Amino acid sequence: MSNEIEAIRDPGLPAHVHRRADTDPKAAAKAERQVAILFLLSALGTLTLIGAYFFIPQDAFIFFPVLGDTNAHQLFLGLGMAASLFFIGMGAIHWAKTLMPDEEVIIQRHEFRSEDEDRADLIATAKAGAAAAGLGRRSLIKRSLGLSLGLVGISPLILLRDLGPLPGDELKKTSWKAGTRLVTDPGDRPIRADDLEVGAVAQTLPQIGEGVHRKLSDIGKDAVLLIRLRPEEFNLDAERLSWTHEGIIAFSKICSHMGCAVALYEQQTKHLLCPCHQSTFDVTRAAKVIFGPSARPLPQLAITVDSEGYLIAKQPFSEPVGPSFWERSS
Amino acid sequence: MTASERIAGTVANYVDERTGAAKWMKKNLNKVFPDHWSFLLGEIALYSFVILLLSGTFLTFWFDPSQREVIYDGSYAPLKGLEMSAAYASTLDISFEIRGGLLMRQIHHWAALIFMAAIVVHLMRVYFTGAFRKPREFNWIIGVGLLTLGIVEGFLGYSLPDDLLSGTGIRIAEAIIQALPVVGSYLAFFAFGGAFPGEAFIPRIYTVHVLLLPGAFLALITVHLMLVWYQKHTQYPGPGRTNNNVVGYPLFPVYMAKAGGFFFIVFGVTAFLGAVASINPIWLYGPYTPGQISAGSQPDWYMGWLDGLVRMAPPLETYIFGRTISWNILIPGLIVPGILFTGMALYPFIESWMTGDKREHHLLDRPRNAPNRTALGVMSLTFMLVALINGGNDIIAITFDLSINQIMWFSRIGIIVLPPLAFVITKRLCLSLQRADRDLVLHGRETGRLVMMPHGEFVEVHEPISPEKAWLLTQHEQNPPLALEENDLHGVRRPGVLKNKLRARLSKAHAVSIPKATADDLKEIEHH
Repeated sequence: MSNEIEAIRDPGLPAHVHRRADTDPKAAAKAERQVAILFLLSALGTLTLIGAYFFIPQDAFIFFPVLGDTNAHQLFLGLGMAASLFFIGMGAIHWAKTLMPDEEVIIQRHEFRSEDEDRADLIATAKAGAAAAGLGRRSLIKRSLGLSLGLVGISPLILLRDLGPLPGDELKKTSWKAGTRLVTDPGDRPIRADDLEVGAVAQTLPQIGEGVHRKLSDIGKDAVLLIRLRPEEFNLDAERLSWTHEGIIAFSKICSHMGCAVALYEQQTKHLLCPCHQSTFDVTRAAKVIFGPSARPLPQLAITVDSEGYLIAKQPFSEPVGPSFWERSS
Repeated sequence: MTASERIAGTVANYVDERTGAAKWMKKNLNKVFPDHWSFLLGEIALYSFVILLLSGTFLTFWFDPSQREVIYDGSYAPLKGLEMSAAYASTLDISFEIRGGLLMRQIHHWAALIFMAAIVVHLMRVYFTGAFRKPREFNWIIGVGLLTLGIVEGFLGYSLPDDLLSGTGIRIAEAIIQALPVVGSYLAFFAFGGAFPGEAFIPRIYTVHVLLLPGAFLALITVHLMLVWYQKHTQYPGPGRTNNNVVGYPLFPVYMAKAGGFFFIVFGVTAFLGAVASINPIWLYGPYTPGQISAGSQPDWYMGWLDGLVRMAPPLETYIFGRTISWNILIPGLIVPGILFTGMALYPFIESWMTGDKREHHLLDRPRNAPNRTALGVMSLTFMLVALINGGNDIIAITFDLSINQIMWFSRIGIIVLPPLAFVITKRLCLSLQRADRDLVLHGRETGRLVMMPHGEFVEVHEPISPEKAWLLTQHEQNPPLALEENDLHGVRRPGVLKNKLRARLSKAHAVSIPKATADDLKEIEHH
């Protein structure tokens, strides 16, 4: 900045103004009493907590405006604890503000940069150290050290290999096979076409043997949504139409975007909506994406009925279900 | 001499005879801390962390981090007899069987929200006042690291109960991992010990949540505080406050009482929230199963912006050579956040490169006096806010009876249009405020008193402002932009001209200001 312009000057720290408690012993005594009351309120809070813990039953409910019906045990436990902590803080701060010195103190700062001489010394030392190690000259050491340091980082990675199996084709296949019956979830009951009225939705899984435990990782790929429309409402090509049965169409329930369960069905518009990121799929057009971030339709499961009239899968899913991954081919 | 004085003296003597630290301790007990409410924000973050450690330890005594399936047989009737993971069942037990367990769970969750909020507001304070400048650049980077870890730690924490809501969150995290090119499905299978959800993930993130990350937090927070201590706190400008001093209260006893008391207040308020405000009632969501979901699935607020970005992403995927690249996941889930956080971490260096300022700064800026920086900050916040709003688009649509598609389109357009708009408006506002400051110094304060002049004209009486106020409004530096010549002294073009040009332009934009009032200006006015 130019020196000719005179800046407005710093008037310096304003004069200290005494508080009442500094000059009036009565005010000081009053402040002391206030601090004591705050600390006593904290003690009262702890007593409330003890009382609530031992004497209020865990299933006692109490009505409070705004809060509504509230568990009294939990409420008074919490309020007691809150008071016991809060008022210690209030007391300490009131004490500091009214009775401890409130005159501002000034200390000086010093630039962090050391004296030039010291800096030169340090730099010389650092250089001398680097020279003494001689890495620059001894390239054999430098290179072999670089190699070993580079390699040593691999061992923890190797050791973590057994965290899990390789994906193989796990991501590409589900439990659905040609002829697998669709069963209700929950309930595991086989479904006839007549069980589903027009406009109805059912959540289904592939049938498994009696007493076999269904793994969550299977549900994560196998969950299928059945929706029944009037057949004339479909707008499908011949192949996809042949995958439906009497207006019943089946889609993977696992979102093709990030794998959430696509559970919201709008009967009026015949749209499926994923509650996670609002990808919207048109049921009449083979779950084509009509809105939101998903780039692919929900995979459709080809269905038909078996000799007993129960809904079965005609064939496995023709593409991997769920979110995308690198090895997916479309 | 009172008893307490005697004890204090004895303790000091005892410690010194065993450590020889008298000089060091005296200096540090007399260490001065400047007072300002905005300096409490970092303290709130620190105290919330302590609360998280205490309440979290309590929860570990009963929480069973296992995805082994059990049949629930506790006192919460609606879920009786249901199959669920031991993690979910033990969280129910903490909520319903352990006295004070629900309170501790709610304190823990509230403390996590407050922790993250305090970090974010503290970061805003540091940014807008320029406290990150030399010599505090590294503390800024540590702070950005703490923020990032906090987001991860919070996410892992609310994922542990294995309820339907948090399981859905893990599902989304898995999809992000799975979307990584080349290694995605491998990493996902390693992380989950097989196909999602498997039985390995909860126990693993439990170790990360209670051991690894808290350890990292402790280390980083220690360095963060030691640097604050060693470099001394910055202070706001004002009469008597310079770049070379610290004006405030000594650590002992005033600051100890105030800061110590403030810890109890933060803890008390958190406990109060835990007592009266229900948070994450996992028993309402039910146990996690991949085939189900609840409408209105929302992450905690500090993840909301990320979810909002994912929601608004266009449906883009590339299929090439039989491989899939999911831009709709990679861009909002990794690339944009990566750019944002890297840019944030590097900002101190970027600003110093733009201004060419390599000096130490201990006196804070008033945000209006750094219009470019303030505008950039508001621009980033606007971006985050639009993303966050879109993260709650379903809730907003239901609450205000709006179309979710319209909100999504508002966000998609808004995230591109609104941040630059916010930049321009903020910069203009800052300059207007500078102009108002200048007027205030030169013409004084409007008193609201109208006086009729002898010739009938009405004028409003202005009163000069106090010298303290005048100093506050004019103490800041106004530096000219960097002069970067295209050619050097011999008329030879410098290397890296393009970089130089960019730097010169940025520097010029950064130096825009309304000339502050000077004593000369004042004298000139008096002459009239």
